[in-house]
Amino acid sequence: MWEIIRQIFPYAIAFTIPLLITALGGLFSERSGIVNIGLEGLMVMGFFAAAITIYRLEPVMPNAGLRVLLGLAAAIAAGVLFSLLHAVASINMKANQVISGTAINMMAGAITVYLARNITGSGNIHITAGVPRFDIPGLVKIPILGPLFFRQTYITTWIVLVLLLASWYLLYKTPFGLRLRACGEHPHAAASAGINVYLMRYFGVLVSGAFSALGGAIILVTYSGEFSGNVGGLGFLALAALIFGQWKPLGILGASFFFGFASTIANVSQAIPALMTIPPILLKNFPYVVTLLALVLFSKSSQAPKAEGIPF
Amino acid sequence: MKKGMNKELAKALAAVFLGLTAGAILMLVIGKNPITGYVSLFRGGLMSAERIGNTLATATPLILTGLSVAFAFRTGIFNIGAAGQMLIGGLCATAIGLSFSWPRPLMLISMPLCAILGGAVWGVIPGLLKARFNVNEVVSTIMMNWIAYWSVYYIVPSNFKGEYLETESARLPEVASLKTPWLTNLFQGSYINLGLFLAILAVALISFLLNRTTLGYELKAVGFNRHASEYAGISVNRNIILSMMIAGALSGIAGATFYTGYASNIQIGVLPTQGYDGIAVSLLGANSPWGVFAAALFFGLLHSGKGFMNAMTKIPPDISDSIIAIIIYFTATSLLIEKVWTWLRKKKGGKA
Amino acid sequence: MEFIVEMLNIRKEFPGVVANDDISLQVKKGEIHALLGENGAGKSTLMSILFGLYRPDSGVIKIRGQEVKMTDPNVANSLGIGMVHQHFQLIHNFTVTENIVLGLRGEKADIAKATKRVKELSEQYGLYIEPQAKIEDISVGMQQRVEIMKMLYRDAELLIFDEPTAVLTPQEIQDLINIMKNLVREGKSLILITHKLKEIKAIADRCTIIRRGKKIATVKVSETSEQEMADMMVGRTVSFKVEKKQAQPGDVILDIENLSVKNQKVFGLKNFSLKVRAGEIVGLAGVEGNGQAELVEAISGLVRPESGSIRLNGKDITALPVRDRINAGLAHIPEDRQKHGLVMDFSIEDNLILKKYYERPYSQRGILNREAISGHARKVIEMFDVRAGQGQQSPAYTLSGGNQQKAVVGREIDSNPDLLIAVQPTRGLDVGAIEYIHKRLVEQRDNGKAVLLVSLELDEIMNLSDRIAVICHGELVDVVDGDKTNENEIGLMMTGIKKEKTEDAS
Repeated sequence: MWEIIRQIFPYAIAFTIPLLITALGGLFSERSGIVNIGLEGLMVMGFFAAAITIYRLEPVMPNAGLRVLLGLAAAIAAGVLFSLLHAVASINMKANQVISGTAINMMAGAITVYLARNITGSGNIHITAGVPRFDIPGLVKIPILGPLFFRQTYITTWIVLVLLLASWYLLYKTPFGLRLRACGEHPHAAASAGINVYLMRYFGVLVSGAFSALGGAIILVTYSGEFSGNVGGLGFLALAALIFGQWKPLGILGASFFFGFASTIANVSQAIPALMTIPPILLKNFPYVVTLLALVLFSKSSQAPKAEGIPF
Repeated sequence: MKKGMNKELAKALAAVFLGLTAGAILMLVIGKNPITGYVSLFRGGLMSAERIGNTLATATPLILTGLSVAFAFRTGIFNIGAAGQMLIGGLCATAIGLSFSWPRPLMLISMPLCAILGGAVWGVIPGLLKARFNVNEVVSTIMMNWIAYWSVYYIVPSNFKGEYLETESARLPEVASLKTPWLTNLFQGSYINLGLFLAILAVALISFLLNRTTLGYELKAVGFNRHASEYAGISVNRNIILSMMIAGALSGIAGATFYTGYASNIQIGVLPTQGYDGIAVSLLGANSPWGVFAAALFFGLLHSGKGFMNAMTKIPPDISDSIIAIIIYFTATSLLIEKVWTWLRKKKGGKA
Repeated sequence: MEFIVEMLNIRKEFPGVVANDDISLQVKKGEIHALLGENGAGKSTLMSILFGLYRPDSGVIKIRGQEVKMTDPNVANSLGIGMVHQHFQLIHNFTVTENIVLGLRGEKADIAKATKRVKELSEQYGLYIEPQAKIEDISVGMQQRVEIMKMLYRDAELLIFDEPTAVLTPQEIQDLINIMKNLVREGKSLILITHKLKEIKAIADRCTIIRRGKKIATVKVSETSEQEMADMMVGRTVSFKVEKKQAQPGDVILDIENLSVKNQKVFGLKNFSLKVRAGEIVGLAGVEGNGQAELVEAISGLVRPESGSIRLNGKDITALPVRDRINAGLAHIPEDRQKHGLVMDFSIEDNLILKKYYERPYSQRGILNREAISGHARKVIEMFDVRAGQGQQSPAYTLSGGNQQKAVVGREIDSNPDLLIAVQPTRGLDVGAIEYIHKRLVEQRDNGKAVLLVSLELDEIMNLSDRIAVICHGELVDVVDGDKTNENEIGLMMTGIKKEKTEDAS
């Protein structure tokens, strides 16, 4: 049992991190009052932007680390730009935010494959470099926890955790965070207090674009290695993590890890002999069923930002 | 009512125009001529009887998923789960078709019926979760999509395995297919099938239900204002559940028309795009049954012509998906179009 | 520099209506200036312009003699203008201090420093608040004090109060009046937006009356009577009392016994008992949020009580679904006509059959009968004077507030109920509509119906009720005869204090 956990753990973390950063992006958007179900599409955008950048740079840039870095930067830029579409629709046009988000998902899925197919014919883009893995010196020697958390980690994992911490601080310990959250709870009160609600909501949506795209890019440079046109519902799992985590950074951390773990069980059964006895149909469905159950348990007492989804 | 319809039509046309324009830009981006692109796209769907038949056949599941999404929308619910409901409905119909060899009339009744049941079950689950537990139907229907996907992924190869490929089911015998000789001959060998008539029947039924019956009245009341409905004694939960059941059933039939009509087997590892396209159809059709019909025909054309376009111009067929997605985006931002509409009318005659 | 603020020749138009038509207002430094007008007269619009939430189409604003452009609330704040809104602009799950510093930057936003300053201001002006408490946990009176504190923290010199007493008990109103006197004593100037003549007489120095977007006059309050002000507000002589005959109560129609209802975790209604007879109007008086909503929801069937019973015409309806109660003779004019009363996107005719659509003649075997539905709508529209642009086909959202309410009242009365519950039936309406609805309620009572009137307006309760029940903290305080009591007595009871003489008045 312990052996299984030890084997799964690195994979679980790898699955969790993109989920976490995307859910964090969703948090910023929803806390400012805009429902963003386009997280899936934004992840795909980042996934694609990173893939195409790294792919194109492969013949001309020998430094793999730099290629990856530029790929991540391209992903963030693509996410910010693409999320502008959702921002303009939801904030200025007062569009139905669920529809706009759905449009984002569909556009991202279609346009990225369209462009990818033009480059590689199959629509899949394969890259050769990824983020290196390394042990954290010293910490990896801690009994039990050391090998679990600090062995063969990706640097992106730590970047995301730092972002999590920074987000928590920003949202809960600064006047800016207070203003942002006010926009999601009671935009009229925020406006009366002189806050520019529109600007705050733009910030929330653009951050969700940046973070989700980063999440998609991280999938590429950590465990995937190939752009395939979709992220298998991870963006929606991130939404569920947001609900499950009750819109709080710490809650999202726990929820993401929980769903990441469930996804891992679904995907690495080939590598873990003990899991191969369970029929694959159950393993594959496991994350989604578990998500449904979690939603059932947590939707009644929802702590959602009070004014989210309502145009201002 | 006429005023309302004109405005909706203008919004739809504007969104289509903007979507096609964006598509043209996408074609230019990869260095292709948009005019030849669109000409070959439309020719691909219309230039012969066979192609017209294919366009109709392609539109058929879209009519039904569009109806499914539109119906749920009227009750205030987002049915993003049309794809999963379609898969399950198709699975049920295929299962009957491959497991029993009854005479044709019995087949033609039992298969769609089974599809209706399967789709209804797949739709009622998120409906129940929403009514009883306040679970957000957007997330739950998407989860149901993936559960359907993986269920079909394993159930088909282990029970209905195809002869040649691992990734598809066995071929349906002719007696079980919704294709029928006189139709196929009329359209000279296309994929057209009886599903088209099922779809048109569904449109008429749903239109009647929404506009003329007490059930339609209740569903609309709940969709517009659940608080007032509750206060007036209308059971909100019952209507949510019923609505999702009907919406699921409609997508289930879509599955039957696609997997046992257009095609003669089910492929695994593919989530049917008609699910998400149903959302586009519903939005473009302003959630009205006949609007959905028209929008589905248009999108059917975009899809059935893309193969020819790709062969002629090398433009990737995903352009159709892109155009459809962009059209959705523009229907959502219809406020812009509304502002332009009001501005235009002001210019024409003073009163807005 | 006699005037702290001058709004000169302000004009503001919205699609279809001129909200402010060439209004001029001048407020002296250190005075309490009342702005009097009916609902929809334009007072809130004018003050929103002063506070920077709207821009005027034309006109000039001068602060301390200098012309300024109010582009947004920040500008207003920096010029020393603050507004205490009618609907509090507070974030329910933030603390008091967080709400006070919201929108400020730097030092002023430091929570520790702010808490200290808030304590100082609290003592200076006599505003008792708890800095660490969450808004959702404190009383309405304290919430209002937080709103005032927000303004003082920003060193406001001119404070605008928008209908401040709507949600307060008579005692809290007295507290507020004392706070206002403190503010003036410390050198502040106040603008008081209200339609309550008694309060204007109690505290204001001068009063500007607005009617339909135009300024009628500015008067000295001490030299003007309530009747004169009311007449100027409405444009004709207003009668304050409703003509009504003596009540002839008959059988008990509604019998509530020991009813207890939970509101989330706590009991919103505790052991409440009341009887309403045919042919009488029983008014339920109380401050907002003291159990009225729980009581009405339990009677109408939206909420299941924890214990106790409700009988309608002798039949136990405590556990019956809403539809069965409607069929048993219950009609309900809800508090919020847009949320509970009407489906705004439906036509009038569809709204008027909201409770009966499944019955003959409106439908048969599940199919709607459009002719019957239209015919019914035409009848109700005529009987209840509902004005709508396209007749019975008009979508409900195109009607004015008054006409929407008349449609709801019409639907409920037309169903010929035995018991009519009216909750805040004249909220937000102009005097004409108010008079009309009061007349219809008395008419129902004269026709032998039982009427339960729930209202926050004490005047309305006193005017219409044959008997008055008072509720406080979810409990019945007492029931008294309408013509044997007065406002002070009721006011005291609203805070929980029973009369000394106990008569068996149930």
